[in-house]
Amino acid sequence: MQRIGVFICHCGTNIAGTVDVKAVAEALGHEAGVVFSTEYQYMCSESGQQLMRKAIREHKLTGVVVCSCSPRMHEATFRKAASLEGINPYMVEIANIREHVSWIHKDMKEATEKAIILGRAAIAKVHLNQPLQAGESPVTKRALVIGGGIAGIQTALDIAEAGFEVDIVEKSPTIGGKMAQLDKTFPTLDCAACILTPKMVDAGQNEKIKIFAYSEVEAVKGYVGNFNVSIRRKARYVDETKCTGCGLCTEKCPQKKVPNEFNMGMNNRHAIYIPFAQAVPKVATIDADYCMMLKTGKCGICSKVCGAGAIDYKQQDEVIERQYGAIVAATGFNPIDAKAYNEYGYATCPDVVTSLELERLMNAAGPTNGTLLRPSDNEHPHTVVFVQCVGSRCTETDERGKPYCSKICCMYTAKHAMLIREKYPDTDVYVFYIDVRTPGKNFDEFYRRAVEQYGVHYIKGMVGKVTQNGKQLRVQASDLLAGEQLHIDADLVVLATAIEPDKTARSIATMLTASMDTNDFFTEAHPKLRPVESPTAGIFLSGVCQGPKDIPETVSQASACAAKVIGVLAKDKLTCNPCVAQSDEMLCNGCSSCEKVCPYGAISYSDKEFRGPNRTTLIRRVASVNPAVCQGCGACTVACPSGAMDLKGFSNKQIMAEVDAICQ
Amino acid sequence: MQEMMEKRALELLADGTVNRVLGWSVGEFPYDMTPAVFRSAEDLKDRFVYNDFCGANLSKYLIKESKGEGKILVFLKPCDTYSFNQLIAEHRIKRENVYVIGIECYGKADVEKLKAMGLSGITGIQMKNGEYVVETVYGNKTVKASDATAERCLSCKSKKHVVFDELIGEDGDVVEDCNRFDMVEKLEAMTPDERFAFWRGELSRCIRCNACRNVCPACSCEQCVFDNPNSGVAQKAAVNSFEENMFHIIRAFHVAGRCTDCGECSRVCPQHIPLHLLNRKFIKDMNEFYGEYQAGADPDARPPLGTYTKGDREPNEGGNK
Repeated sequence: MQRIGVFICHCGTNIAGTVDVKAVAEALGHEAGVVFSTEYQYMCSESGQQLMRKAIREHKLTGVVVCSCSPRMHEATFRKAASLEGINPYMVEIANIREHVSWIHKDMKEATEKAIILGRAAIAKVHLNQPLQAGESPVTKRALVIGGGIAGIQTALDIAEAGFEVDIVEKSPTIGGKMAQLDKTFPTLDCAACILTPKMVDAGQNEKIKIFAYSEVEAVKGYVGNFNVSIRRKARYVDETKCTGCGLCTEKCPQKKVPNEFNMGMNNRHAIYIPFAQAVPKVATIDADYCMMLKTGKCGICSKVCGAGAIDYKQQDEVIERQYGAIVAATGFNPIDAKAYNEYGYATCPDVVTSLELERLMNAAGPTNGTLLRPSDNEHPHTVVFVQCVGSRCTETDERGKPYCSKICCMYTAKHAMLIREKYPDTDVYVFYIDVRTPGKNFDEFYRRAVEQYGVHYIKGMVGKVTQNGKQLRVQASDLLAGEQLHIDADLVVLATAIEPDKTARSIATMLTASMDTNDFFTEAHPKLRPVESPTAGIFLSGVCQGPKDIPETVSQASACAAKVIGVLAKDKLTCNPCVAQSDEMLCNGCSSCEKVCPYGAISYSDKEFRGPNRTTLIRRVASVNPAVCQGCGACTVACPSGAMDLKGFSNKQIMAEVDAICQ
Repeated sequence: MQEMMEKRALELLADGTVNRVLGWSVGEFPYDMTPAVFRSAEDLKDRFVYNDFCGANLSKYLIKESKGEGKILVFLKPCDTYSFNQLIAEHRIKRENVYVIGIECYGKADVEKLKAMGLSGITGIQMKNGEYVVETVYGNKTVKASDATAERCLSCKSKKHVVFDELIGEDGDVVEDCNRFDMVEKLEAMTPDERFAFWRGELSRCIRCNACRNVCPACSCEQCVFDNPNSGVAQKAAVNSFEENMFHIIRAFHVAGRCTDCGECSRVCPQHIPLHLLNRKFIKDMNEFYGEYQAGADPDARPPLGTYTKGDREPNEGGNK
């Protein structure tokens, strides 16, 4: 029989405001096995812990139940306090009467009753708890960064700086990501390429960093400290080790009609291409969808002109396996497809463009060599209208848009407006906005400069419709402050389209067993206190894959993420979770159900000898669990048809005892 | 048919391919055909029987028999081959120790149906020109085949042998329009109260003889949870009559995704409880949620409840039912 102590936390008024803590302590004090029951204002405080330790000593407690906040907050605190008094830390159970009771109920009588029930369930579990010992597992001292945008590059550079190896896996032919496509960056207006490319070069030259460009993560196995990742290196049809990036092939290739994705399809590239001049790695790639040689077997010009003999039409995808101690998701974002927004005429009017397209139209390496010309007739636009919040801040039921604020659009629109007014003072610029959001260092000053110094017309109100009107675009909008309808004849309309997580993020999250929110942003372990970690151990988050961010914020988060990764890689051994599965060999049928559902590959089978009746020996196929690999997810315990698999610390019996206690 | 099977079995025994045969022999009653192992040619000639009362699925017996010395010959009807395959998938049968002869089957007779027609003293049965000739101590009676065919055979899902070493008779096809979910659909159309009343009515007859469990090829645990003193449910006195009924629901959950719908549970139930309907409900739900899946059709297929795919329903999407 256990000697159990029960400790009820008031959490100030967080719990005590809704739950009658004295009544809970009184009621639980009468439960079988409970020899001590009390309540205290803040159990997590130093004096609260002292109170618990004193009770353990004086009442010779063997088990502890703390009715307090979520175990995610203070389970570790209370386990440590108990272990200082010589109790195994796994003899401590938390009943969450804050998140599960006081914060979600209003009626004190009902809340108190529920708190007692949850406390009773925890007591029932402690009765069946066993002392557990944590093992240790080694750490592979190398990190994987998925995504080679500014977030991934920064994280990789910082990890490499600390002396650890890093691999960057980037699905496109070069690292650089979205930032490489930008012209200038707010609020300082430096050229994006000028500040990004040195980092790209650093990453390319750093001997600790290995870049797998034009590659994708295909499968992830293992656990923190010991991930095993399959990476598909897609066939470039160019030998990376031989190609010098001279670019001769890209000039001579006769297939010139391939939409250039780097310039948002606004001009064409060749079938063999290097995305942009500063690409890292600077290696040509053959686009198999357009290459005449690969499609029809006739051409081969690139191979003839290549002095290095790097062209290899027979190249195949290659899948390599690499081991990592930690994995960073830095999968980034894309603007949403503006075609859904018919009212703005994006699909029908060539002079309606998105903000990212405008970046390319204003960039020296863009389709117009940096001169702002309209796509329809290459004329200089004299009236430019910006529409804010296209697809951002929509209602939850809106199928086209996103409920969140994309965060970066207010600032880049101010930047665009300012740059156009600076370069072409004869241009009228209108910005239609719902709100202007500028909470960042030097952000509001920047926006006010656009309004006050550059004379950008900011109009509060939304654009209702954009239609082609001869050579111009007719913009119908409302000015909410003046309370009037406006008609503006514009030459160019720019849509600040919402950003969304990259489409590949969900499948990557599934492989990493990392959770996502309803918008497909990765969820962090704690929104305030653990913002760069995913709830899955060893998986970290960098950049916009976790939520909309501008460049300064992305870079600081990327560095924060690197610090967390370094924290893992710097350890020689990680303490394992002792709550792992174990197989009862006497019950095991050997059916392999558990092996098939185990996401970590922790279960193996072997033929073992057992004693049969009448001094015979039986050979049976039975499962065994590698405790260093098992993460205690419990999938096997549910899959096991015979009940042979059980999870230490969360055994079927313990869970049934909790359910019974709740249903009493 | 019996002669052909016996002849082939004797050949295989004689040439040493197998050292024993798993088949049927007469049990308690002349119509009660019971699985039996024949260890010699004499034994086989003496006791081996095959007729339209041989409904028993022999695959489960191979869990034990395939682990013995030497190879065993087994006769499997099309539906039995699914159970056999499923047990192969679960590593319960040693395939290399079994020689499978697939036998054609056009449905088996249900002796209870014959008894309900007023026939008694039944001693044998023969199929002649699409009709059953039932031999009784009072003389032969002719019965329309469809009137005496077992319920499960009327909605037979497949006449195809999914695994065999050789065949006696013709191999058939999967029956696409077997309508085996008709009754499940009727139950789904009921209100929850009606459905509860239906199942209480059926399950309240259960006498917990465990025949369903013992015959079920999917119920092949080393130690059944209901027999395991550590499970907390073994030998436990039921709190109320409904708890007793839960046995079948728990059993259906245990075999979900592994049940091949062989129908043995309902065949052996002395209380005539339509237990197969519980399993069919699971099969139907899994088909609808995760795509068509027939347990045992392919021993290498990944079972829907034991597999995660990226296209699976998310918990927040919920189900239709």
